[in-house]
Amino acid sequence: MNTTPRRDSYDVVVIGAGPAGLAAAATVAEAGLSTLLLDENAGPGGQVWRAIKSTPVTERDYLGADYWAGADLVDAARSSSVEIIQRATVWSLDRNLEIGVSIGSASSFVKAGRVILATGALERPFPIPGWTLPGVMTAGAAQTMLKSSGLVPDGPTVIAGQGPLLWLLAAQILRLGGRIDRILDTTARRNYLAALPQAFAFMNSPYFAKGLAMMREVRAKVPVVTGVSELAAAGDGQLATVTYAAGSRRETMPAELLLLHQGVVPNVNLAMAAGVEHRWDDLQLCWSPILDHDGNTSVEGIAIAGDGAGIGGAQAAIVRGHIAARAAVEALAPAATAKLAPMATFRASLARAERGRAFLDTLFRPSQRFRIPSGDTIVCRCEEVTAKDILDAVAIGATGPNQLKAYRRTGMGPCQGRLCGLTVTELMAQARDKSPQEIGYYRLRAPVKPITLAELAAVPKTETDVNAVVRG
Amino acid sequence: MTKLADAIIVGGGIHGCSTALHMCLAGMKPVLIEKDYAGRHASGVNAGGVRQLARHVAEIPLSIRSMGIWERIEELVDDACGFESHGQVLVAENDAEFDTCRARVAELNALGFTHEELIDGPELRRLVPAVAESCPGGVVSRRDGAADPARTTTAFRRKAAALGATVREGVAATNIRKQDGLWRVDVGADTYAAPVLVNAAGAWAGRIAAALGEPVPVETVAPMLMITSRVPHFIDPVVILRGRKLSFKQFANGTVLIGGGHLATPDQDRNETVLDWRSLAVSARTVFELFPVMRSATIVRAWAGIEARTRDELPVLGPSARHSGLYHQFGFSLHGFQLGPGAGAVMTELIVNGGTQTRIGDLGIDRFHPFAP
Repeated sequence: MNTTPRRDSYDVVVIGAGPAGLAAAATVAEAGLSTLLLDENAGPGGQVWRAIKSTPVTERDYLGADYWAGADLVDAARSSSVEIIQRATVWSLDRNLEIGVSIGSASSFVKAGRVILATGALERPFPIPGWTLPGVMTAGAAQTMLKSSGLVPDGPTVIAGQGPLLWLLAAQILRLGGRIDRILDTTARRNYLAALPQAFAFMNSPYFAKGLAMMREVRAKVPVVTGVSELAAAGDGQLATVTYAAGSRRETMPAELLLLHQGVVPNVNLAMAAGVEHRWDDLQLCWSPILDHDGNTSVEGIAIAGDGAGIGGAQAAIVRGHIAARAAVEALAPAATAKLAPMATFRASLARAERGRAFLDTLFRPSQRFRIPSGDTIVCRCEEVTAKDILDAVAIGATGPNQLKAYRRTGMGPCQGRLCGLTVTELMAQARDKSPQEIGYYRLRAPVKPITLAELAAVPKTETDVNAVVRG
Repeated sequence: MTKLADAIIVGGGIHGCSTALHMCLAGMKPVLIEKDYAGRHASGVNAGGVRQLARHVAEIPLSIRSMGIWERIEELVDDACGFESHGQVLVAENDAEFDTCRARVAELNALGFTHEELIDGPELRRLVPAVAESCPGGVVSRRDGAADPARTTTAFRRKAAALGATVREGVAATNIRKQDGLWRVDVGADTYAAPVLVNAAGAWAGRIAAALGEPVPVETVAPMLMITSRVPHFIDPVVILRGRKLSFKQFANGTVLIGGGHLATPDQDRNETVLDWRSLAVSARTVFELFPVMRSATIVRAWAGIEARTRDELPVLGPSARHSGLYHQFGFSLHGFQLGPGAGAVMTELIVNGGTQTRIGDLGIDRFHPFAP
């Protein structure tokens, strides 16, 4: 299963085997087109169904029905003609639809007729004082350990932040017998009012009842502090305490583990490196690709489905996968669409799946104080650049993230801006009194994931290389 | 509204910014127009080589002039520009290449240039300990080095603006024309007028020259570079190979920049390039063979900047052969960064004094138009 692709080119290459990628690949294959599904993880499922075929957590109630629902989609993709390669890291994609992929420490190139990116979401940076200390990690990382290995915290643990994933993780940790001492809810009080007009749609959404039940389950076991407006981690080389303020209350509590989460944002790196145009989304506070209603991007032949197209959740991701796949089939082999459900069916499903999203986006819109740090708080972990360093660079003429690189090397480390990009854009926008759209984002470059020099050196030679004319 | 200036410079690369700064030092008030931002293209993303080594004889005087400015760069622009002088070394991988090196140094010495020095195998390995035993020697230019290109270009722009240059970024210069004895250029809703126009528009300069009736054989190219993760310090000078396309530099933070002139496909109108990974793989193989210490390093990022390359790979520097008040400063053909500080000084001398002590006669645009009126 972990070998190089069998062919040099495919009708459709799908990147990412989460909900959107699995649905897209299965649909394209159903229409009879050659399909390659490349996925970075050890098994299919993406983040939401991580380790669905291998998790040691077999008690079904622990991970919940939504998790196990992914098994059907995995089975559908596996029983189709899709060539699925796991542990395949796509490190390059360009507008010629050539894909550089690393599999088992060997890289090769494949050509696609169409590409469907289903690279999902990343956790939003949460740059509070002390967030880089060992002992502070993201909720997503904790959930990965839980799903893959059944590991849960057993020392003094604080969970801080907001959003559906935070409550899901808390519930899962508790069901597996893990320890949580306190939940610090950073949801801004005014967000409840702002979200009210969307509440009716939300109450009719599939999330409502489940979300409410989960919060009730967690609150029965863990003290929850709401309205948290300040948050800091501290310790000498290792997390020791968490300090927070909520209203007039201020407390410093001991902790060995602090899990942070304030929502997810599209993982834009591969799409941006391929030249796909993005715009700033003022509600979700992130960069989203500019797409038509079939998920097609500004680059001919590249479509995006799933949370990478804008956060919509797993159900919406599945349907967006179907839509992008059907559109790809329409473009490559129109007659083959007869085998697929009509587009109208998919669009109706999408409308259902997206119901209530505006409520969640408004309610869980993270506060400025937790997005835009100040002073000595680290922004760029790779190069240890603080908020103050960035403001100093702005003062001497850095106008945007790309100019900032020249002064501070932000975004130039191994994470390629994944952990600092949004913070840098918003911080510079605030400092220069511009919109994030005007400030822009890092120009991202392949390899979007580092590859070793040895691996690049081992790329098979072509005829032209052999005949390469050297400079006199 | 028409605004008057002493000169209009089109292009905010190292060349346009250097010329703007030197004009200010000479008491002029120029306006610099950059369609993106200063250093957005080749000037900000090149390998940063500050190199006199292995240059065409026609541009050596300009390179030497520039080197003098580099060595006092902080006095000029109030920023050290990341300039470090650990020399540049050209490595001969076999005896035939070493013979070529010997002949080259002899030729330069005969012309009175002494910056290139032939070195034998032991001296080569003293300078570059990691180089293979089989390499018989090479050439060193000891005053050479490297700087941070984006920081340098930005520093020139900042100092020029501080001394009174008007810097317009983010809007292209359009409708370039001469009217009533003045050069006029539209920038958005504004029009600038000046007796002098400097065409320093890099990859876009060929279009400007052609539109003004002075076409030059020039193409748009995008040389690729890649940078690695940090590896233990193992090399000080910049290393280039005599026989293969490779240049190599380790920064103080341990990262290694690999270049050498393999080209990406430029898309000038989109400000984009499409990288050619198979060519980058050739560079990776060369490094793999020559420097075993690099084998476990990871490639963190690769990119290419867009610039102009002339048919003879020499820049166009000097007055127009056709229009009074028009000056060209472009076509630096993958090796213009080091020349930037000197070229700005020389250009200003040409404009202010009508001549320069620095020998640039072979770089004029008239070399492409021998029979022009």
